Amino acid sequence: MTRTRARAGVWTGSGARTRLPSAVLTVRAAAALLAAAGLGHTLWTGIHDPGHALAFGVLITVGELARWGALPGEREPAPLGAAGALAYALLGRSGGESTHHGVLQVVAVLVAAHLVACVPHVARGTGPAPDQVARRVLTVTFAAVCFQPLYNSSRNASWSGEGPYYVLLLLAILVLTALCDAVLAALLLRSRTRHPYPPLLRDELRGLLGIGSAVCATGVVMALGVAVAGLWALPVLCVPLLLTHVSFRRFVAVRTTYRQTIASLARSTEIAGYTPHGHARRVAVLCRAVGRELGLSGNRLTVLEHAALMHDIGQLSLVDPVQDGATATLPAAEQRRIALLGGAVVRQTGVDPEVAVVVERQADPYREQPLSARIVRAVNAYDDLCGESLIGPLGALEQLRLGTAHDFSPEVVESLARVLARGGPAPVLPG
Amino acid sequence: MRATRGAARTFIPAVALGALICVLPALRGGAGTPWITVALLTGLYLACELPGRCPFFGSSVPIRAGSFFPLLLAAAFLLPPAAAALVAVPGSLVGRVEQPPFTARRVWRAAQLALTVWAASSVHGLFGGTATLGGPGLLPDLPYAILPACAAALAFSLVLTALDGAILVTAERLPLRRAWSGLLPRSLGPHLVHGLAGLMMAVLWRGPYGPLSALIVLLPMYISCWVFAQYHREHAAHRATIRALVQAVDIKDTYTRGHSERVGRASVLIARELGMGQDRLEVVRFAGILHDVGKLGVPTRVLRKDGPLTPEERQVIELHPEYGHEIVRGIGFLGEARAAILHHHERLDGSGYPYGLSGREIPEFARVVAVADAFDAMTSTRSYRRGRPVPAALEELKRCAGTQFDPQMVRALVRGLERHGWSAVTAAGTADEPGFPRPRGEHAEAGAPRRSGGLDHVPPPQSPVPAPQSPADRRG
Repeated sequence: MTRTRARAGVWTGSGARTRLPSAVLTVRAAAALLAAAGLGHTLWTGIHDPGHALAFGVLITVGELARWGALPGEREPAPLGAAGALAYALLGRSGGESTHHGVLQVVAVLVAAHLVACVPHVARGTGPAPDQVARRVLTVTFAAVCFQPLYNSSRNASWSGEGPYYVLLLLAILVLTALCDAVLAALLLRSRTRHPYPPLLRDELRGLLGIGSAVCATGVVMALGVAVAGLWALPVLCVPLLLTHVSFRRFVAVRTTYRQTIASLARSTEIAGYTPHGHARRVAVLCRAVGRELGLSGNRLTVLEHAALMHDIGQLSLVDPVQDGATATLPAAEQRRIALLGGAVVRQTGVDPEVAVVVERQADPYREQPLSARIVRAVNAYDDLCGESLIGPLGALEQLRLGTAHDFSPEVVESLARVLARGGPAPVLPG
Repeated sequence: MRATRGAARTFIPAVALGALICVLPALRGGAGTPWITVALLTGLYLACELPGRCPFFGSSVPIRAGSFFPLLLAAAFLLPPAAAALVAVPGSLVGRVEQPPFTARRVWRAAQLALTVWAASSVHGLFGGTATLGGPGLLPDLPYAILPACAAALAFSLVLTALDGAILVTAERLPLRRAWSGLLPRSLGPHLVHGLAGLMMAVLWRGPYGPLSALIVLLPMYISCWVFAQYHREHAAHRATIRALVQAVDIKDTYTRGHSERVGRASVLIARELGMGQDRLEVVRFAGILHDVGKLGVPTRVLRKDGPLTPEERQVIELHPEYGHEIVRGIGFLGEARAAILHHHERLDGSGYPYGLSGREIPEFARVVAVADAFDAMTSTRSYRRGRPVPAALEELKRCAGTQFDPQMVRALVRGLERHGWSAVTAAGTADEPGFPRPRGEHAEAGAPRRSGGLDHVPPPQSPVPAPQSPADRRG
């Protein structure tokens, strides 16, 4: 099954390579067109309910300013801005009175707020990524297009105007919007990294469960709260979402330092002279690329990366370094002994116990290994063999192919070859 | 609380009796309790607490006390006090309890929450909050409604922390000051936020869209709690990784087991006397713990050599501050500690290594760690010699102050030792946060180093550091 998936990934990879820039361009052009239409229409016809437009505009602006402290690994750096924009798109009434803003005014307010919010960013020389803004414009337009005509046409009909059905309608629209956003985000990410699409989409969908659902829920609650209680509901509702945001940021920060610490621990074998310089990092980056190619995502990818970083840590327990740190050329029994020592050290580090399992079993024959351990074994051997001056990358790959009877998994070696043929792993992007 | 202690045995029933008295008026006929709302809210709270019991979810659903306070506060706003107190009871009776004795903890939690919700609801009623929530054909009086809600959240926080402290005093025998210290400031902010969420829940509940819309308010709050628990897990894992770095040194250099931890402790002792803030104390502790991490780069044969070192071997060992800096330079949060690791063998007169800095050129943290390092090296027992007594070591430090050590740091160490004393027993982990009691059984005997038998000695597998416990976790 993995094999077919990998093949499908290759197929879309080769097919999409030619139209990749066009995917990004299309998204940006569509967003720009919508923005121009929204602003133009609003300037032409004037603003309905200026108080609400202003309040939501300010909310989105303030929310977008929160991008300032954003850390690289954050999935949604401006949740308050996103929730405010969605709430404005889904706003049908306020304090019991109907509102009259249409889809284009929603777009206009969103774009204006983004323009104001990006002034300080541009002044500091860190403009917001155009892709993110384009995504936000398209997503919010999608929600508004789903909701506003439906609401305005059925304002007098009884089926959705009041009661729990209305809540369900809003929720359904937001679920659709979130899916649309995930598809779009994965598409943009794919066009830049050339990773296969399904795992990227899976990652994005999993991300929705975290802060994504908090944003959506707050969007619905804001729309409902304003409908019931007027604009005063906005500040009251911002506070819980801000709390979520702060928790997320702390979480991302501690995860970053954790990764740094693990990388340092991994580097200690290099400094101790056991392994060649940069070995752990190269193996980790390559393992991540091969793992993506084989359809791993989310937590399994993290486990793979940590295991790859620490796969040589068992050598710290040796009194004398192995020649060039290249465990791949040692006898099998010796390799397995070092792997077991490494597993014992990794178990103390408090990382996911799965990481220790991968490290322990990295030297087993591939039929007895879990997929992550197969990847680590093949990539480690590739890097070790590359270091031997005579063979070079092609020779190393050839050696791995010769070992596919017992040591290395054929499908892992093939996807490694594909990743290398594409010019090595793509640049590491957050997510 | 391994077993319910004497004082707790009377305290818990007393609180439970109080809770019962609070709840009773709702059960009396003619009280006009809105039973439908009570049933809905009670069922909801029960449904929220149950997943914590289910073994299927295991620890992946971090339901802990506090995840659903907005629901309880919404109940306090929507219902009269007695009925609101009733809402908290079934859910907290079935909720997850971490440690035995289970029954006592469940009863305690139910009684505590019932009393707390009753108090919050009473305060809300006193401020005339019920009328501000709106209703059919009536708009909520919003800016004003925030005031009763915040007052109720304040009452909630006060009663909850008071009861928390009281149970810590009676059941865990904590001294009064320790039991309450920091409890209220820590919980007041979250409780106010929960109050606002509860207010919005109550408003939506009464609004035209009904209870379903109120439910959605809970989702962001729940996610926030989930993320917070994730944060704690990751934080604990991070500390364990730092400890693994230290243990990796211990694997190689078996003479100095426990040395790193003690140097970290002595560094904090000095830094506290110098009046450093909490953040810098944390960093200086890491500087002390990791100061010898560069020994990972020194060949094991040299580190474990018995007998005098040749000049070449000495040179190799003197490279360890630079190796250490090389290892930790990628860890952003260590900040000043990185400089301390690089310069902890500099001497005040400029004759140290690696750069031969002198006087004020040496970073402050490096001067702290140098004194702590020398102090522990002298007082700890190694396999080839006995440790010196503390006064003798201090004499030696004072003698070298000015040439090798910064006199200011030596004086700070002397003052710190007079105030807090010094024991050779050290905590095995880096999880000991100041202010939190260490988990039992984590004390490890230091100063009794053993030579490892085999060449590739593997330390016994150890469980990762438990997450730092907050008093809230031990509630129950």
